[in-house]
Amino acid sequence: MINKVVNNAQDALLGVENGMTFMLGGFGLCGIPENCISELVRLGVSNLTCISNNAGVDDFGLGLLLKKHQIKKMISSYVGENEEFERQMLSGEMDVELIPQGTLAERCRATGAGIPAFYTPAGYGTEVAEGKETREFNGKMYVLEHAFNPEFAFVKAWKGDTAGNLIFKGTARNFNPMMAMAGKITVAEVEELVEAGELDPNQIHTPGIFVQRIFQGKDYEKRIEQRTVTQKS
Amino acid sequence: MALSKQEIAQRIAQELQDKWYVNLGIGIPTLVANYIPKNIDVVFQSENGMLSMGPFPIEGEEDADLINAGKQTVTILKGGSLFDSALSFAMIRGQHVQLTVLGAMEVSQNGDIANWKIPGKMVKGMGGAMDLVASAENIIVAMMHTDKSGASKLLKRCSLPLTGVNCVKKVVTNLAYLEIKNNAFYLIERAPGVSVEEIKAATEGTLIVEGEIPEMKF
Repeated sequence: MINKVVNNAQDALLGVENGMTFMLGGFGLCGIPENCISELVRLGVSNLTCISNNAGVDDFGLGLLLKKHQIKKMISSYVGENEEFERQMLSGEMDVELIPQGTLAERCRATGAGIPAFYTPAGYGTEVAEGKETREFNGKMYVLEHAFNPEFAFVKAWKGDTAGNLIFKGTARNFNPMMAMAGKITVAEVEELVEAGELDPNQIHTPGIFVQRIFQGKDYEKRIEQRTVTQKS
Repeated sequence: MALSKQEIAQRIAQELQDKWYVNLGIGIPTLVANYIPKNIDVVFQSENGMLSMGPFPIEGEEDADLINAGKQTVTILKGGSLFDSALSFAMIRGQHVQLTVLGAMEVSQNGDIANWKIPGKMVKGMGGAMDLVASAENIIVAMMHTDKSGASKLLKRCSLPLTGVNCVKKVVTNLAYLEIKNNAFYLIERAPGVSVEEIKAATEGTLIVEGEIPEMKF
């Protein structure tokens, strides 16, 4: 067993520097690496390129990094719900690259799977395909999309073990497994860290081979972005 | 009478078929889930990683780890499953999802759709819409026939940045049910009490009217 455990977020983010490219898991505020984001804010690293499906809200998630002007470029599929984001985008302080959600997911997967590029139909004939190679297969047009090259990937899991194996819960899985595959250094923070052998190998979502550092997260807020309920009848 | 948003959803629900996997977009499409015909089984896919998406949870049972693609708290039904975003879009691109219902700002008579960006306004992003429209065999657009200023949203060519090309097959608006083929909108049904002339006047693209056009039935 290779032990991947580090003490805390501070140790997990050793080597993080200005100007780096990061992947951050999560969909909206669901399954985001809360502890890693807090530590990035504390470190104050800047000029970052962040690949994440969304950009958080004004006072939580990646919004915390935006507020401190730490992000130079966001690569996302949807970035609503954040006024400071809108301001920095419109004023040109921050670059934004919007890409289709499935393309984003597959580019993350390709990065970790050793696939430099792939064809997808998403975005053909739209501005997303401008300047990109296109090709016809079986009578349908496709766009060539490339893998990323992130220095770090930060992911959040429900349970993890000392060998770095991860299990996600509910829809908090989202982009986390592909991003875990993609990081040169992948940092996993977990709600519950257990000894190797305690998780059933049949139930592992992300094998520990993809995880370089794992730590027990703390003080999870797990905020709900849109609380929708059915009244008891 | 023009249809309400609920009635648009109700008419679209009549298009659902037994054993279909269906992806519903945000807005009117979400309402389709309230009108599933009796005696058929359909499964809703949420592109953030869930099959068999159920209704909103009972108050007090919300789970931050169980949301839909609109980031709303939801439930998962019996027989459901959870998965990552790459697998989710593999289902979509691989055409394992039989129907996509989504909203639009504009649709053109060759099946192009624009629904993600208005130049000069804050762009929030396309989310999964481009993947969905590029891959689905069956796409139904749910929208108002005209915009707030009264301008037609069924056009010869879209003026806004496109989400996808040659992909929309059916449109259900507050005025009509139309099919797109041969570079034209074919009028199939009218909303109850809405005349063919009213629909013609509200449609900028080529509108084909063949024979008597029946009213929608609910």
